[in-house]
Amino acid sequence: MSGLEDLYREIILDHYRSPRNRGELDSPPAVRVEGFNPLCGDEIVVYLDVDDSANGDAAVVTDIRIGGQGCSISQSSASMMSAAVKGRSIGEIRDLTKSFKSMMSIHEEGLDAETEPQEDSAGAELKLGDLEALRGVVKFPVRIKCATLGWNTLQQGIDETLS
Amino acid sequence: MAIDQSEVEQHVPGEFDVLRIKSDFPILSRTVHDKPLVFLDSAASSQKPRSVLQAMDTYYETINANVHRAAYTLAEEATNAMEAARSKVAAFIGATDANEVVFTKNATESINLIARSWGVANLEPGDAILLTHLEHHANIVPWQQLAAERELEIRWIPLTADCQLDLSDLDSLLDGVKIVSLTSMSNVVGTITPVRAIADAAHAAGAVVAVDGCQSVPHMPTDVHQLGADFLSFSGHKLLGPTGIGVLWARKELLEAMPPFLGGGGMILDVRLDGFVAAEAPHKFEAGTPPIAEIIGLGAAIDYLNNLGMEVVRQHEVALTAFALEHLSNRFGERISIYGPQSAELRGGAMSFAFDEIHPHDLSQVLDQHGVCVRPGHHCAKPLMRLLGVGATARASWYVYNNEADITALGDALEAAGEFFSF
Repeated sequence: MSGLEDLYREIILDHYRSPRNRGELDSPPAVRVEGFNPLCGDEIVVYLDVDDSANGDAAVVTDIRIGGQGCSISQSSASMMSAAVKGRSIGEIRDLTKSFKSMMSIHEEGLDAETEPQEDSAGAELKLGDLEALRGVVKFPVRIKCATLGWNTLQQGIDETLS
Repeated sequence: MAIDQSEVEQHVPGEFDVLRIKSDFPILSRTVHDKPLVFLDSAASSQKPRSVLQAMDTYYETINANVHRAAYTLAEEATNAMEAARSKVAAFIGATDANEVVFTKNATESINLIARSWGVANLEPGDAILLTHLEHHANIVPWQQLAAERELEIRWIPLTADCQLDLSDLDSLLDGVKIVSLTSMSNVVGTITPVRAIADAAHAAGAVVAVDGCQSVPHMPTDVHQLGADFLSFSGHKLLGPTGIGVLWARKELLEAMPPFLGGGGMILDVRLDGFVAAEAPHKFEAGTPPIAEIIGLGAAIDYLNNLGMEVVRQHEVALTAFALEHLSNRFGERISIYGPQSAELRGGAMSFAFDEIHPHDLSQVLDQHGVCVRPGHHCAKPLMRLLGVGATARASWYVYNNEADITALGDALEAAGEFFSF
């Protein structure tokens, strides 16, 4: 089952077993947003505390909590995301989100061309850290939506914070 | 000329030879991830026997022409083949008049047709619609859309702990109800509902009864009059037939009184600048060129099932369901929770379950590596999921081409999934 081991890397299962930043924040003041995957019924709730003493992209996510339920991929991705974005500025989170999503789409293109895009993946690896473990998801296109559910929900929360 | 069905594989009635049936389905000889295909998702869509595929090919290769309104031979043959299929559908569900059979795109469209045509003509603000907690979204959303527009009330028949309908308050639920729309067999937990008892009570209360037969019509004998139904909807693709063809059966008086659904060619007697006159049923409800090949394919699917015998099809399914309940429970004990009625006689072959606290999406991913197709998700029944207290289930479902070896293969794959995710 080599394909499966690409999908379910040990660190993914670790985050699934022991999700980081699991729980709720009082809302308000925290922003609370829900994300749904209508295909499989997965639900993610993201709570964000944002210190907006600095404006726009310089504002900092001081705390984050994740609620909801779903498969190992959606839950572990959201868990890793929460660890990666806590204490980061909105601008940094935007870059991270872009890197994560491009890791998914780079591989979609890579599969089409049957080549591995070496340079880009190495660059993404430096920034993404643990999240790199989700790279194998792109070999299972149906699961990409699971992996990006938390990120899209986070994006929605940031948009609400800034508006 | 009619499509020649004499080449349909002949099976000896009463002798249910699954290996031979399997050989009638070309797709079942393929592999997935180098494993033999174990297809356990027929509740979503069934596989198609060679005779269905051949009937559609034969139509395109030897007849293909638009139906109705042409004097040439091909058009006449196409019309005859399509109307022959309509008669087969009628006979298959115990309808006495083929003109009570309306061809639609799928059961979803059939139910929307009821809501948009019968519903709009007959429901007034304050009227109530009675549904059940078992329903597929296709039998919920069209009614919610209509209810929002026309200020209708929607009521729900609740469930018992094993997902059977709780009819203890049926009489009060029916007060003020104009239509009861319910599934005859749950697509999630397999429950067979007591349609006849509900229909009798509904008729006594002055309501009509619409039955979503998507799961039951392919899997057991159907007689619309014995059911006490006023409407019956089902899809071809769950019944060994192709996608893109569905059926709405309705009592003739209802169809005659109902306004057309979609407008266009084929559904009119006359069109003038200041208006139109609708054709008679069923054509009144069949605007535009119908899916002719798919209708013929559906006819061939019905021939195939009739050749097996629907009584025998049901017996096979009860036996296989009983085997699955016993095999999986014995093998996994408390590691597996099977939702719905625990007796095979009370249910069809759609079985939702939870296993080892592995999320259904992850479970079905691992099962796929073993060639086993089961479906994870909410199965288009989110209200039922909420009632079960889960976001999703894994569902295995079987049909005429499945046997005990397929269930055992499911058990083997579950075993492997349990090892893979052993925390």
